[in-house]
Amino acid sequence: MLEIKDIHTYYGMSHILFGLSLTVAQGEVVSLLGRNGVGKTTTLKSVMGIVPPKSGEITFRGQTITKIPTNRMVKLGISYVPDSRRIFADLTVRENLEIAAGIRPGDWTIAKVHTLFPVLKKYENRRGGSLSGGEQQMLSIGRALLGNPDLLILDEPTEGLAPLIVRELEEQILELCSTGISILLAEQNLKSALKLANRCYVLERGQVRFEGTVEALAENEEVRTKYLLA
Amino acid sequence: MDIATLSSQLLIGLSRGMIFFIVAAGLTLIFGVLRITNFAHGSLYMLGAFAAYSVSTSLGHGHYGFWLALLVAPITVMILSLIIERGLLRFIYNRDHLTQMLLTYSLVLIAGDAVKIIWGSEYKSINIPEGLRGSISIWGASLPLYNAFLLLIGPLVALGLWLFLSKTHLGKICRATATDREMVDILGINSTRVFALVFALGGWLAGLGGTLIAPTTTVSMGMDANILIYAFLIVVIGGLGNIWGTLISSIIIGMGEAIGVLLIPSVSIILPYMIAGILLIFRPSGLLKSVW
Repeated sequence: MLEIKDIHTYYGMSHILFGLSLTVAQGEVVSLLGRNGVGKTTTLKSVMGIVPPKSGEITFRGQTITKIPTNRMVKLGISYVPDSRRIFADLTVRENLEIAAGIRPGDWTIAKVHTLFPVLKKYENRRGGSLSGGEQQMLSIGRALLGNPDLLILDEPTEGLAPLIVRELEEQILELCSTGISILLAEQNLKSALKLANRCYVLERGQVRFEGTVEALAENEEVRTKYLLA
Repeated sequence: MDIATLSSQLLIGLSRGMIFFIVAAGLTLIFGVLRITNFAHGSLYMLGAFAAYSVSTSLGHGHYGFWLALLVAPITVMILSLIIERGLLRFIYNRDHLTQMLLTYSLVLIAGDAVKIIWGSEYKSINIPEGLRGSISIWGASLPLYNAFLLLIGPLVALGLWLFLSKTHLGKICRATATDREMVDILGINSTRVFALVFALGGWLAGLGGTLIAPTTTVSMGMDANILIYAFLIVVIGGLGNIWGTLISSIIIGMGEAIGVLLIPSVSIILPYMIAGILLIFRPSGLLKSVW
């Protein structure tokens, strides 16, 4: 479904991704693993066209999307949940959802998001900025789902959240996986990745150093100690 | 000086504040959403006044001239704004502030010369429309009917803007764009179209302000610079991008100017700046919360 072929991405003068390639198949949950600063977020931003790669190619369902502007990704079927959640703090919870709805037709409605994340219904008239970190993460995911994506890109969804909230979010993401949506997930937390993903890529300095199923990674102690400190 | 003179002067100041508000609201919207310092805003206001002059005199200063101008002139300025945004501004959103300022400042010069070429440099005036001539008395204070009309229009515009920003889908998108433009794009909304819409709306407001001021003053070159300075002051005092802050500071500046003329005429010219300075000493980021 998503295919990244040999991309090189730069932030200004600094070279971040060195010929990175990966694929995500239909219905698959793929996790990018690696320490801070290895290029996980940059990979996701390259796909979204926020930091387009200088060379290489990204295709989605066979169509080249390397040069397509960010605001057309939702229409193509790709939704993105950035790592800092980026809730519109001055808008209410409901307004945050409303502006994301109706861009691409599909099953997801505000009511359906409320069933997945009941807390968003409970606090719908509060300001987005007044929610806790976990609630903001749910709002950010709910907002992305209203784009009715075929591929959902999540950047460290459990980062900085309390263990109890992390478990709740993991359950909700697993529930999403069962709907047949494809997910590309950046994650520092190996445990979360093992729980959620089918396959994973371990990154180091902008390159893929390991690629395989989660089971293979769980058994490969060398890769884990070398690149993940786990 | 009696209390009636004072209160009628205050009411006149308040009504001038309404025009300041209409113009400054456009500027603050553009500031808040596009993050552009639009020096050309005063020029759009001036063009609105000249357009109003042309429309109303083309009907021979008759009954309906002003009302038609009130409809047509702001829309003309809005269309011009849209052309400026699509044709020029949208190419410089990712550039530094200096480039943006230079571009909008060059528009000031172009608009000034265009006015000279099209309308000439002599002073123009528009008649106050029939039905709004004369004056009324409010609690003993006499007020020109036209100023009373302005006192009605200002709150209507404020209410309209509030309804647009808080109740409509587009308005919500505008508020979201003001806080995080990239996230709006990520959600699949073309943020540069939002920019075009907001700039057009800001232009409409500038044109409306120019049309409304026209019957109360001479329509002339130089009116762009005068209003621009006041509008910037008001936007900064109110808190960048905050519509309600803009309303409050417009009223303060309008009334402050009016009281100054009455009480201490020798400093009345600098009084608004003194008020602005004092307010900014105590509230450096503006009276209300800035969207930045």
